[in-house]
Amino acid sequence: MEKLTFYFFALILIFAASRVITVKNPVHAALFLVLAFFSSAVIWLLLRAEFLALALILVYVGAVMVLFLFVVMMLDINLTTLREGFVRYFPIATLVGIIILVEMVLVVKVWKNPADTTMSTITAATVETTVVEQSNTQILGKALYTDYVYPFEIAAVILLVAMIAAIALTMRPRRQKYQKPEHQVSIRREERVRLVNMPAESKD
Amino acid sequence: MEIIYILLGIILIVVPLMLSVAYLTYAERKIIGYMQVRIGPNRVGPRGWLQPIADAVKLMFKEIIIPTNANTFLFIIAPILVIAPALAAWAVIPFMSGWVLADINAGLLYILAMTSIGVYGIIIAGWASNSKYAFLGALRSAAQIVSYEIAMGFALVGVLMAAGSLNLSQIIQAQNGSIFHWFWLPLLPLFVIYFISGVAETNRSPFDLAEGESEIVAGFHVEYSGMLFAIFFLAEYANMILIAALTSTLFWGGWLSPFQGTFLESTFAWVPGLFWFIIKIALFLLFFLWFRATFPRYRYDQLMRLGWKVFIPITLVWIVVLSVFILVKLPPWFV
Repeated sequence: MEKLTFYFFALILIFAASRVITVKNPVHAALFLVLAFFSSAVIWLLLRAEFLALALILVYVGAVMVLFLFVVMMLDINLTTLREGFVRYFPIATLVGIIILVEMVLVVKVWKNPADTTMSTITAATVETTVVEQSNTQILGKALYTDYVYPFEIAAVILLVAMIAAIALTMRPRRQKYQKPEHQVSIRREERVRLVNMPAESKD
Repeated sequence: MEIIYILLGIILIVVPLMLSVAYLTYAERKIIGYMQVRIGPNRVGPRGWLQPIADAVKLMFKEIIIPTNANTFLFIIAPILVIAPALAAWAVIPFMSGWVLADINAGLLYILAMTSIGVYGIIIAGWASNSKYAFLGALRSAAQIVSYEIAMGFALVGVLMAAGSLNLSQIIQAQNGSIFHWFWLPLLPLFVIYFISGVAETNRSPFDLAEGESEIVAGFHVEYSGMLFAIFFLAEYANMILIAALTSTLFWGGWLSPFQGTFLESTFAWVPGLFWFIIKIALFLLFFLWFRATFPRYRYDQLMRLGWKVFIPITLVWIVVLSVFILVKLPPWFV
């Protein structure tokens, strides 16, 4: 059953991921990316990494992609100009792709020699036992706030700096009418309208 | 065998939910009617009790019109994407002690994740309709939901800190004691913000800018008709019930009896917890309707200001205050 679920969502994931780069319409591409995120979250759930899976949905699907879609929907992209440079940039793109692939393989160490399996077996075994005892969320929280507290805090500060920088770059002093809510709230009727007492006119 | 039980559980949740959605529309029209000194629907069946059935039948037999140049696939899938998360979130809600479809540890996160993907249906509906009004509605809705989700998330962080768990059943257990042990009191600002954000998240009045009849006709679902429109409608009401259920679970003790810890406790001990839970849901649903009858619609900039400049700072401050409460072990909640 678990295998069936895995293959089902893995197939959807591969299909969606390939459609992201092949589909013509950018909005469709963004929606396929959402589908890809969603199916990878399901695969993470199968690994019992429920915190990461739900955080992926919450952060990437629920917030990042919504904003992305928001921007993409408003753009009026001319597809022909985008396609013009395809052949010219193809060799460079291939090179960059290969470099990224090599880097990822080096980091993840997919091709390690068969004798050197200590690392993976230990982690797999410890993961199995600890996950049964505690929930994944608790383990992750403890690890983040004890062993990795400095990297975690530094990452948070970098994100904060990036956020402030982004706001500072886009905040231009605008000469537009700005309404002060406290003035709007504190307004009284006598300042705006004047009641005039007029006798009713006769019919003729 | 297990799958059959799960399916049975799903049916047991979805069928009463859909019935309550149908009768919530009736209750809304009646209650707002009386608030505005009208009678409301009273023609179909005795006292208009069959009105929701008549509405459903009417919508089922209407033609589904797909606009020219609309993206047919996305146009049809959009309402499904709105209603699916609204129903899926019910999987982790405990109706009574032990009565829960999926008693998962990360229940609160799951709820947050499910409520955050409901916006896709609205965005897709607005974009796929190939209509300017629908598109404007979708844009408004996207901005609004992203803004209020932050305040909502922070309010849930407060609940998680107070309960020390993400599991909804354990959150209810943490509120055990009496009506004053429930989290509404120590988390009062978070409770108010959560409920208001919930109203905004479900696109209900006074935050229904995505529909905005007076300026953008009906917003994202202006091009929809027949059953597709009905699904949007069902999803909105299902979301309302969900928010009411969540508010009562997280802040008002879920299925716990309000007479706990008083002299009436033994008198009402025979009442099942489900009854109290439904009473609490109904109370919050009444607030939803009451808001709609009372407040005029927010202006767009007011809405954004309220979300970003009022709610988010208050939640941040209250999370700090709450951590102080927990550190000093403030009785009776954090002993």
